[in-house]
Amino acid sequence: MLEIRNLYANINGKEILKGVNLTVKAGEVHAIMGPNGGGKSTLALAIVGYPGVEVTKGEIIFDGKNLLEISPEDRSHEGIFLSFQNPVEIPGVSMVNFLRTALNEHRKYKNLEPLSAADFLRLMREKKELVEMDNKLTNRSVNEGFSGGEKKRNEIFQMAMLEPRLAILDETDSGLDIDALRIVANGVNKLKRPDNSIIVITHYQRLLDYIVPDYVHIFYDGRIVKTGDKTLAAELEEKGYDWIKKELEEKELQY
Amino acid sequence: MSSDILDEITQSEYKYGFTTNIDTEIIPPGINEDIIRLISSKKNEPEWLLNFRLKAYRHWLTMKMPTWAHLKIPPIDFQKISYYAAPRKKSPKSMYEIDPELIKTFEKLGIPLEEQKVLTGMAVDAIMDSISVKTTFQENLSELGIIFCSISEAIKHHPDLVQKYLGSVVPYSDNFFASLNSAVFSDGSFVYIPKGVRCPMELSSYFRINANNTGQFERTLIIADQDSYVSYLEGCTAPMRDENQLHAAVVEIVVLKNAEVKYSTVQNWYPGDKEGKGGVFNFVTKRGICKEENAKLSWAQVETGSAITWKYPSCILQGDSSSAEFYSVAVTNHYQQADTGTKMIHIGKNTHSHILSKGISAGYGQNSYRGLVQMSKNADNARNYSQCDSLLLGDKCGAHTFPYMDVSNESAIVEHEATTSKISEDQIFYCNQRGISTENAIGLIVNGYAKEVINKLPMEFAVEAQKLLQITLEGSIG
Repeated sequence: MLEIRNLYANINGKEILKGVNLTVKAGEVHAIMGPNGGGKSTLALAIVGYPGVEVTKGEIIFDGKNLLEISPEDRSHEGIFLSFQNPVEIPGVSMVNFLRTALNEHRKYKNLEPLSAADFLRLMREKKELVEMDNKLTNRSVNEGFSGGEKKRNEIFQMAMLEPRLAILDETDSGLDIDALRIVANGVNKLKRPDNSIIVITHYQRLLDYIVPDYVHIFYDGRIVKTGDKTLAAELEEKGYDWIKKELEEKELQY
Repeated sequence: MSSDILDEITQSEYKYGFTTNIDTEIIPPGINEDIIRLISSKKNEPEWLLNFRLKAYRHWLTMKMPTWAHLKIPPIDFQKISYYAAPRKKSPKSMYEIDPELIKTFEKLGIPLEEQKVLTGMAVDAIMDSISVKTTFQENLSELGIIFCSISEAIKHHPDLVQKYLGSVVPYSDNFFASLNSAVFSDGSFVYIPKGVRCPMELSSYFRINANNTGQFERTLIIADQDSYVSYLEGCTAPMRDENQLHAAVVEIVVLKNAEVKYSTVQNWYPGDKEGKGGVFNFVTKRGICKEENAKLSWAQVETGSAITWKYPSCILQGDSSSAEFYSVAVTNHYQQADTGTKMIHIGKNTHSHILSKGISAGYGQNSYRGLVQMSKNADNARNYSQCDSLLLGDKCGAHTFPYMDVSNESAIVEHEATTSKISEDQIFYCNQRGISTENAIGLIVNGYAKEVINKLPMEFAVEAQKLLQITLEGSIG
């Protein structure tokens, strides 16, 4: 489904991604872990086509299509969703209006008629339950005055509305208390299907207790340095990132 | 952060920039007393009106173009403008007498002149260059005693009303452009709502400049007698031309006891091209008076067109307990400039006014709010609340606020709030990531920002205004 090959990218001229390789197949859950500043979020932004990330080398292929040639909105239409680490506020634009516009643009891309107001509201009600989203929130402007946790919950609500084939959750667990974490994780799990995939970016094991990954990748200094199964996350939690750094240094010495 | 994303959007053309090929009678350019006499005689006007024009002209000669606005206005040669242009055929009585070209033109603009084609409850006075082409639904309205016609017709058929009120709110000596208009105005709309009548349909004027090198100087006069109500709309467009065209209108509104007038404008004159070439210079004097107690006047305007906009729809709150509102969205994109706002002159006791101004600047656009709130000595317990917001798209445009307050009564309360905000690229990208194109994202954000004002417009106009805002701002951010 997603194939990243030897990806290099800059932000403001500074090289952040240094040869990322990653393959995600349909139905899989991948976790990407690693210390701050390693480039995990940059990788997520490169996949969704954020203009501040300049890809200098390599490929991102999604369903056989070269994503680097596709606009950010069409990447969304193709089924890629990013749950932002810091969702932005858009004053004056109601959640209802925002999501209806988004959903109808997705439908237009697929040559479907726009949803009627009644059908749209029904869908919204249904999906709101999934993340136990408060009615108050959907009546407000996009993310405006939302608490950190509410913003994260709103991201997953939008994910439920748009039903992406590849969802990237960038530190969706940060800022959530344990109850909110469980609700959000349950929401994500309910959205899991054999034909869609999830990439979870996180620092902590605790989210992975709920969303169980098939693969765990350790991201360090601009690339994936180690890949394992879910036990790798537990090992990392136990030993800390220094263990990875040390291992890498030893490896380099061998050459 | 890269700003390419906002640069790359495609440009959209001004939709109404076509020209109608029609035999037009244009008088030679230039202004002098003979020209004024010529205009007056072409319209078979009574002596008093010619005198009004001449007085205005003589006063205008003593005046200079105002320079206090935050506008860069290139010199205008008033001798190079033609002050009267009329499609050759005379004002017709029936549908069949209108030149089919004119009917086609207004249809293209979305203004059907055939009453059977009109779906919404709206009567229209269609004005091309210097004359009124047709006013619809006149007969239905006259059954209620409502007079809705061109001002030329009103001068003929209702001279008493016109003579009584013309120049009573905006005197011929008011300002440079109002004096010029008083001297050379050619047509415009006239409305009279009799006592106790609620006008059952929206009344509307549609102004179209077509001829080359001409100015449009229309004059609108609205009188709402006691206990009456009317909602009036005004729209305007012009062809795309490389040179600038001058539009200097005067609107006067008289609101009597317990009456209410709502005046809505969607101004979409040709704004000039991306480099700032061409476009209409829009110098307009609009003023209403709440002459008696409990009178109410509400201005709502969406200003998206014109190269230069200079207008301050104002209200004199003379009657006790009268109230006035001003709701405005003004957009400047590319090299457009706008200096717009309002004046609220509180004279009566317990008078209230509310100002809500939303400026949107994009490209190299310059947008200024200029407002005066005056509380006179006798305006006991008068209140004003003003809110002026500015939204910036990109970093080459400008937004300015010039609020003036003049308070001579201790019990009066004046409040003013202002904010400035900016559409960020992260907001746009957030929308993109959810599948919303940049154009639609800007549309959503701008319409969200302007919705308090747009909600004040009549339904059909509100939808039109929303689309217009989006089109005007396409490809706007750099």
